[in-house]
Amino acid sequence: MLIKLRGGKVYDPAHGIDGEARDIYIRDGRIVGPQPETPTHEYDLRGKVVMAGAIDMHTHIGGGKVTIARNLLPEDHRGDPVASEGLMRAGCGHAAPSTLTTGYRYAELGYTAGFEPAVLPINARQAHMEMADVPMLDVGGYAMLGSDDFLLRLMASGTEQEVINNYVAWTLHSAQAIGVKVVNPGGISAFKFNQRSLDLDEAHRYYQVTPRQVLQTLARALVELGVPHPLHVHGCNLGVPGNLDTTLRTIAGIEGLPMHLTHIQFHSYGTEGDRKFSSGAAQIAEAFNRNKNITIDVGQILFGQTVTASGDSQRQFANVGHANPNKWVCMDIECDAGCGVVPFKYRDKNFVNALQWCIGLEIFLLAEDPWRIFLTTDHPNGAPFMSYPHLIRLLMDKSFRNDRLATINPDAAALSTLGGIEREYSLYEIAIMTRAGAARLLGLRDRGHLGEGAAADITVYTEDEDKEKMFGKPDYVFKDGELVVRNGEVVHVVWGNLHTVKPEFDRASIESRLKPYFDRYHTMKMDNFIIRDWEIEGDGRSKIMVHPCEGRG
Amino acid sequence: MTETIQPQVFENVPSPFCGIASDDLKIEVSGHRLKVLANGDAVTVPGFEQPLGDMTPRAGGQAAALDEAVNRAARLLKNARLPVFSGFGTDVNDTRAALSLIERSGGVFDQARAEAGLRNLLVLADSGWMATTLGELKNRVDVLLVFGSDIEPAFPRFFQRFVWPEETLFGQDTRRREVIYLGPSPGGSASTSPDGLEPKVIPCATDQLPAVAAALSALAKGASLQAEAAGGVPVTELQALTERLKQASYGVVTWVAGQLDFPHAELAVQQICQFVVTLNQETRCSILPLGGQDGDRTASQVCAWQTGYPTRVSFARGYPEYDPYHNSAARLLASGEADLLVWVNSHATTPPPAANVPTLVIGRSGMSFEQEPEVYIPVGAPGLDHPGHMYRCDNVVALPLYKLRETGLPSAASVLAAIEKAL
Repeated sequence: MLIKLRGGKVYDPAHGIDGEARDIYIRDGRIVGPQPETPTHEYDLRGKVVMAGAIDMHTHIGGGKVTIARNLLPEDHRGDPVASEGLMRAGCGHAAPSTLTTGYRYAELGYTAGFEPAVLPINARQAHMEMADVPMLDVGGYAMLGSDDFLLRLMASGTEQEVINNYVAWTLHSAQAIGVKVVNPGGISAFKFNQRSLDLDEAHRYYQVTPRQVLQTLARALVELGVPHPLHVHGCNLGVPGNLDTTLRTIAGIEGLPMHLTHIQFHSYGTEGDRKFSSGAAQIAEAFNRNKNITIDVGQILFGQTVTASGDSQRQFANVGHANPNKWVCMDIECDAGCGVVPFKYRDKNFVNALQWCIGLEIFLLAEDPWRIFLTTDHPNGAPFMSYPHLIRLLMDKSFRNDRLATINPDAAALSTLGGIEREYSLYEIAIMTRAGAARLLGLRDRGHLGEGAAADITVYTEDEDKEKMFGKPDYVFKDGELVVRNGEVVHVVWGNLHTVKPEFDRASIESRLKPYFDRYHTMKMDNFIIRDWEIEGDGRSKIMVHPCEGRG
Repeated sequence: MTETIQPQVFENVPSPFCGIASDDLKIEVSGHRLKVLANGDAVTVPGFEQPLGDMTPRAGGQAAALDEAVNRAARLLKNARLPVFSGFGTDVNDTRAALSLIERSGGVFDQARAEAGLRNLLVLADSGWMATTLGELKNRVDVLLVFGSDIEPAFPRFFQRFVWPEETLFGQDTRRREVIYLGPSPGGSASTSPDGLEPKVIPCATDQLPAVAAALSALAKGASLQAEAAGGVPVTELQALTERLKQASYGVVTWVAGQLDFPHAELAVQQICQFVVTLNQETRCSILPLGGQDGDRTASQVCAWQTGYPTRVSFARGYPEYDPYHNSAARLLASGEADLLVWVNSHATTPPPAANVPTLVIGRSGMSFEQEPEVYIPVGAPGLDHPGHMYRCDNVVALPLYKLRETGLPSAASVLAAIEKAL
């Protein structure tokens, strides 16, 4: 079957195409070159905007802490019940939506892939089972390391990097992941030893290892294994006023290795002013612009009720006093990791929340290279993903942004430089941040672009002055060449695939250490820890896509 | 003609029955017969060794072909105003298929063990908690407080596997771990240390546990109590217990919710959870509720991620509605609101309760009935007859389940999907 998308204004930054009218041909789920025969289906897209399907490179859509958040918030679900309709199953929406609703709603916003950033290796099986129940999207996960006893023990005993590389590769294979994330390096473990904070150069009470060493060791492992996605870092001191300094030292401390700093908004706080809380956006953006090895996503907050779900049990416990409504869960998990789930209500009249909102937007607008910055709210931590069209409008429409700025806490507004920033993102830059750049960051060579050979994940919008309206309701979304959304509504339900990397490594040598370790200290056998391919592919819905490990593309 | 069947032996087999997911079982398979050779216990051995029973479906008490039984089941569902689904000793895939069918038929999802599970879940949704997992317990606990429960009968290997391991990651001498029972004395000796040190028992009647929990919560916050005793326990004893947990490096408080069988036990659980939260102002202390036998946690987890709610969800209005009181199968059957009971149990052979409405059973082969159901479709058990996945009690670790033998029995998932297709 041949599909022709005729004459749309194409934004395909991977090929430098900036709004040119082009025809796109699709055959067997892939984009192909111009074809002579009459297409089976033709869509007249003249005047419409055409982009690759959007990719959310950091969104909490599956795994233990998300389901804890679901169990924690029945009253939030009751406000957004979702009945079954046609092919779509029932569920619930808002802050921690059900898996099925998550998939439908992402597709209805033009997204075709989402990556779960906090896959605890011990809980990876759950993350995959939940992501398998997210329809419409391709998925993938970042395996969390850095507070796991095995790594910290190797580091404490001065084990050579090669052994650590084998362990990192073994974890990527076993957890069926596409990258590695570190959350509050060493800090989740330190909390189990009753250490309540851990700064970049502070030694862990038991292992005597510092966060800086953890970051360097893991970043180096990924480079040496050729994993495309750089170490995905949720740094030390999340949410602490003055953490701007920690973040700048973290950037310097990685010594030029590739590193992705996630939800950097939460790590960009100064201590100036009467309330000892100020924006560090300018310094962070300056460091970002200067250090080309650094990529970031923002973790923008938007006002309203949400829930924060994080692996960072240490920092989440420190914040439970802010829980709104007043209930929360923190967990220590299997000498491997932890989690903390704390509901939040960000209020525009609250000084701190209003300034957080400004700080995120300032970072977006002061960061010069859209290929290295990504559009996220750290769903649902800064805001549920359903607010993405609103966020895009804030970035693309200065007068809209300034109107909003006039409504927030005036002290925060007065302290922010936001009102003086002229920049408006272009459609081309939005396409970079949400498509081309994200695919490149993850090493997805056949996604995020519209060149020949790419998977036909395509979103078509009607251009509108109101960018929230435009991005809130695509005309069409194609997933692997199939029309799945028309006029902002799901018309066909598909199941996405799982994206992974499988770097080469010495399995026998690392398993000779791991097998006895599991037998002696764990509560399950090593063989039962490893997630086998049949577990992902067994029911016929998802296929495992393995991306090459040849370093950064 | 005789044929020698070569017995096959599997190692590291995970148990779907025990809630703590022991995955070190050694099992011998000869034909359809399973024998636990090593690491079995009073819960897992009967779970695995339960002989097969019916291999073909029955409809109206008569043997029926599978498609015939499936069609009859679909007709029952189609004609029902409010079908209520319970049982739910199922794995992940069986639960997925059940939820799809329940939604399609506008039914209600309940679990036979929901009443116990809700004693914890209601607390989670009302105030939350500070929790830990079996692996942390095994490597870190120095003081274990057992609240109002006798662990050993329900979890025979809990102490051996997690409290008295020979070695731990952080060099602790596990023989010096302290176990304290608050409530009934333990029936067995599993909680006695390998050196013969018996656990300390602070006796307390089960129905007095709410008062004791509230007193502990207040004491941890620094309140001074005017009363000399709470729930019959001297306050000085409760004060000493609080101090002991404050001095501990990694205290863990556990209970078996199914045994806290008194009205509004969730309020006592909530007070204990608040007690633990308060202790974390100074030291580390966590809860670890035990449960999850026969797929109880598994079905609840899948329900939570697919609907947003953990149990007792009605689809009668097209969207999931959670009501821990109204959506009880027992209540809906007693009040006459439900007009069909669908019993789904692929792990346990526990039969459905006798009901005044037609009953449809998708149950593990070997189930026997006091009252013949309208339709019975025997199915295989995940982890014995089919591969699958299950959760253990701490909700974090899911284990793979393996197929050990070839019986030709269909899986509950495939039967449920076939019924949905026939609707």
